[in-house]
Amino acid sequence: MKTGTLKQILLITDGCSNQGEDPVAMAALAKEQGITVNVIGVMDQDVIDDQGLKEIEDISMAGGGVSQVVYAHKLSQTVQMVTRKAMTQTLQGVVNKELQQILGRSHTLEDLPPEKRGEVMEVVDELGETVELEVLILVDTSASMKQKLPTVKEALLDLSLSLNARSGENRFSVFVFPGKKNEVDKLLDWTPRLGSLTDVFSKLSTGGITPTGPAINEALQYFKKKRSLRSLLSRDDESFYEESV
Amino acid sequence: MMNHSMKNQYNVKPGTIIQGKWHKHRYIILKELGFGANGIVYLAQWNQEYVALKMSDNGMSITSEVNVLKSFAKVQGSALGPSLLDVDDWEHSKGQISFYAMEYIQGPDFMSFIEQKGPSWLPVLILQLLSDLEKLHESGWVFGDLKPENLIVTGPTPRIRCIDVGGTTIKGRAIKEFTEFFDRGYWGLGSRKAEPSYDLFAVAMIMINAVFPKRFTKTTGGITQLRNQLKQSKVLQKFEAVIVQALEGRYHSAKDMRNDLIKTVSHDSANHRRTSRQTNAGSTVNAQKMNHQTQSRVKAGASRKKQKQGGIVETFVLTVVILLFYAFYIFGQLI
Repeated sequence: MKTGTLKQILLITDGCSNQGEDPVAMAALAKEQGITVNVIGVMDQDVIDDQGLKEIEDISMAGGGVSQVVYAHKLSQTVQMVTRKAMTQTLQGVVNKELQQILGRSHTLEDLPPEKRGEVMEVVDELGETVELEVLILVDTSASMKQKLPTVKEALLDLSLSLNARSGENRFSVFVFPGKKNEVDKLLDWTPRLGSLTDVFSKLSTGGITPTGPAINEALQYFKKKRSLRSLLSRDDESFYEESV
Repeated sequence: MMNHSMKNQYNVKPGTIIQGKWHKHRYIILKELGFGANGIVYLAQWNQEYVALKMSDNGMSITSEVNVLKSFAKVQGSALGPSLLDVDDWEHSKGQISFYAMEYIQGPDFMSFIEQKGPSWLPVLILQLLSDLEKLHESGWVFGDLKPENLIVTGPTPRIRCIDVGGTTIKGRAIKEFTEFFDRGYWGLGSRKAEPSYDLFAVAMIMINAVFPKRFTKTTGGITQLRNQLKQSKVLQKFEAVIVQALEGRYHSAKDMRNDLIKTVSHDSANHRRTSRQTNAGSTVNAQKMNHQTQSRVKAGASRKKQKQGGIVETFVLTVVILLFYAFYIFGQLI
């Protein structure tokens, strides 16, 4: 079964956006292009207000992804869990679609008797192990995130440790918003390991605004840019995802 | 999809009757036994028998665990996980929930058992665990999320059992699920690839956890922090060599670790017997020394006595033989 590359945006934030496009709309746009958007809300002692909470849920819902709100010290485990869960969800979508093609429109995994699901699950597990994965990480560096940034860095290093234990390839890139001059700055270009993150992260400065929408939009452009460069070489699986996610 | 509210979505009350959609078995829910990232486990009654019922709104994780349990069942004579009884879906007003029924393993969890019975049980349980892990690894699996909460000690003869197979991964793949304290990746001591040494690291951490029930957080990480921690405990000092080897990933099979642990324990219990006798006799150093000397003198005396006895027997046998020959000789002369 061909799955191509799984594409995810992982947004790490601690509150509401306050500038630019609606992040929920941008997430929906991402989904349309076969890119899943996952959101992690990081709390410190402070609890995220209802509005922020709702936005986090809405973004991930629109982006076909997973969201979770956690305390900073739980971040490492959550980041890897959310990424994995979203992966499985997408792959499950792909497998379900195959099933429908074989068994007819109304059949999904849940309609199969439990005895038969096992084999299908094997396929999903196998794909999760071998599929290529691209994760674009968007880190909110607004003022309130300042003391959480070391934890975020730890969590991202931990994520690459988890994902690099798979046999499939991984590529990560890291963006921060707000940037120094622009709304979004690229911190790290596509790379299989996040080790180099340690140096860049310590130099980060934090700013006042939270342009979450523009950040997601920029991330989408970045995926596209890469794709157009490789479009002649790579197989085009996008249409496959749009419906299956 | 939001999942931190999962627990509220289907809080099944005691007394609820759950009937499977496919196999039509009826289960009466008695109480909640525990919950984790992948669902809730209930104690239930089925045909006058107690069973454990695991439910999850994530049908895939149920299917995945059932796969693991089924493959365990094929491993002969093993008690790797609970035995699987039934897999089904429960249709209720809000939707469909997947569940499976398994053997109910009754007993205190690892930590409370050690707390009640004392640390002398630690090596016993760990040895049992290691022989289970050996079988598990041989059949191509790695347990993954190994921690005291997933270990139950059943009776009447204490026997350790693993209960949650949610993290069990095929060898060579990436670990599916883990808990930071027991994960070598967290401590900066290795990858998250499913290999026997991953589980053995966790076993070493379980031993440490048994002595430090509150656990501790990573400061510098790495082997240095863990070694320092080991030094603070008398109980752990005995096993230090084995624990450090496991932490550093130098054991490639559970068997190797088990053999080393057995050596440590048997050596230790020989020492221990002596020290305990000494402490009974009186605990000052002098008394101990004297006791030691008398002990060895008694031993020497015993062996001498044995020698004397041997001498008497020897003389007796020789005399009889000579007399016999003499009798033959006389007999020969007479004829």
